[in-house]
Amino acid sequence: MTVLRPATLAAALAARSEHPGALLVAGGTDAMVAINSGRLRAEVTVDLTGVGELASWSRSGSTIRIGSGLTYTRLIAELGDLCPGLAMASRTVGSPQIRNRGTVGGNVATASPAGDALPPLVAAGAVIELASTDGVRRVPIGAFLVGPKRSLLAPNELITAIELPVARGPQQFSKVGPRNAMVIAVCSLAVDVDVASRRVAVAIGSAGPTTLRALEAEAVASAAIDWTTGALGDADLARFAALVAQAARPIDDVRGTAAYRRHALAVLARRSLGWSLEALRRAVA
Amino acid sequence: MKYSTTLNVNGIDYPVEIEAERSLLSVVRTEIGLTGPKEGCDDSECGACMMLLDGKAVNSCSYLALQAQGHKITTIEGLSEGDDLHPLQANFLEQGGVQCGFCTPGMLISASALLQANPSPTEDEVRIALSGNLCRCTGYDGIVKAVLITAGELAAQGA
Ligand SMILES: Cc1cc2nc3c(=O)[nH]c(=O)nc-3n(C[C@H](O)[C@H](O)[C@H](O)COP(=O)(O)OP(=O)(O)OC[C@H]3O[C@@H](n4cnc5c(N)ncnc54)[C@H](O)[C@@H]3O)c2cc1C
Ligand code: FES
Ligand code: FES
Repeated sequence: MTVLRPATLAAALAARSEHPGALLVAGGTDAMVAINSGRLRAEVTVDLTGVGELASWSRSGSTIRIGSGLTYTRLIAELGDLCPGLAMASRTVGSPQIRNRGTVGGNVATASPAGDALPPLVAAGAVIELASTDGVRRVPIGAFLVGPKRSLLAPNELITAIELPVARGPQQFSKVGPRNAMVIAVCSLAVDVDVASRRVAVAIGSAGPTTLRALEAEAVASAAIDWTTGALGDADLARFAALVAQAARPIDDVRGTAAYRRHALAVLARRSLGWSLEALRRAVA
Repeated sequence: MKYSTTLNVNGIDYPVEIEAERSLLSVVRTEIGLTGPKEGCDDSECGACMMLLDGKAVNSCSYLALQAQGHKITTIEGLSEGDDLHPLQANFLEQGGVQCGFCTPGMLISASALLQANPSPTEDEVRIALSGNLCRCTGYDGIVKAVLITAGELAAQGA
């Protein structure tokens, strides 16, 4: 195995196009576990941690551009107000030591159905920026995530950034697992409330082949909420929760049964939208 | 193929010749000979291998040694001053935070990273900081107490 350590994005893109089969390593928290266990062998490894351009974020108007190499620790410290849902999800990833190294770009590239950064990004309608020596393209995250550990990333491309809107209202993320730290989600849920366009978005993690939107539940909630006061009737909230559970496509596995996941998702959905609307009512009061 | 590189561990530059896929943990233990950091799982799960990289705690079992070039690495051996124990070490002993000792080097590294970043943590913050370190013996209480007592002592000294 050869390790390349580019110091600039241009050098990283050149390395990527010269060695399309190369293993990219950002934080290494997914990649190194696979190398150690012998599941992954690569002739060439490209270490992205030296590329400063990837490790920053910026704001332009109402859009946040998060470099793929931004660690969870920095995201939590620096973007808690602008992207609260993503920051909440980041706080649940692994341990502080994993958060010191793990990156949002690595989570997106891994495309695990259990990736915790994915539900808030899907709910917010994030766009993935992909670059190669041929140029740059932008793909909505819903299209980028194709299936379990499968994405539209081409062998000559890098994820350079993730773009998402500054929060347009209350956001929530919740995750079910056997412990408060170091757990892969049994299931997870993100709620994103867009007050100006009077729209609720919901994304479900770990309960389907990839992160799923619950479109019917979103439509029902968006129509039933009284947007001037933030009120929502109990029956409508219950209907929303049931539709979220219906939208999941869970399986039975070592972490939980499909039936448990559906049940837990309904609970998470009811609570998360309830908390979001409470925050909205406080804001309009 | 082997790479020649230099790793700075506890303030000393060590030249090493290593394969690219070697983890920082295996190089520090077998090439450099510092066996304080332990291999519990080699899977980022247990925290026994924790080292400081530029002051931040990382699981060294899942860190490429070559990625650590140019960074300052601290292992448990770098925490004490010769035979003088670091206050965290003294308090771990005092509070029963050590039984078999296998988790201790990693616990101490995570705790010292916490106190660097947050000199007066709450109990919750201590538990979160140590959430990636598993202990099969102590039940954690003595460890958490030792960290809180150390924070108090350091604050009293600073005041
Ligand atoms: C102990 C432990 C606990 C964990 N807990 C959680 C958890 O609670 N929730 C969770 O979601 N995940 C968890 N993870 C998984 C992992 O930490 C996250 O998925 C993390 O976001 C991966 O980021 P990374 O930078 O470490 O990725 P790496 O391991 O560096 O890379 C992951 C994959 O992405 C590719 N890649 C990286 N950067 C790019 C890029 N810029 N462009 C294209 N491809 C790229 C790599 O080639 C590799 O295939 C855990 C891992 C461990 C070891
Ligand atoms: S040996 Fe590294 S975390 Fe267990
Ligand atoms: S003292 Fe034995 S594992 Fe912690």
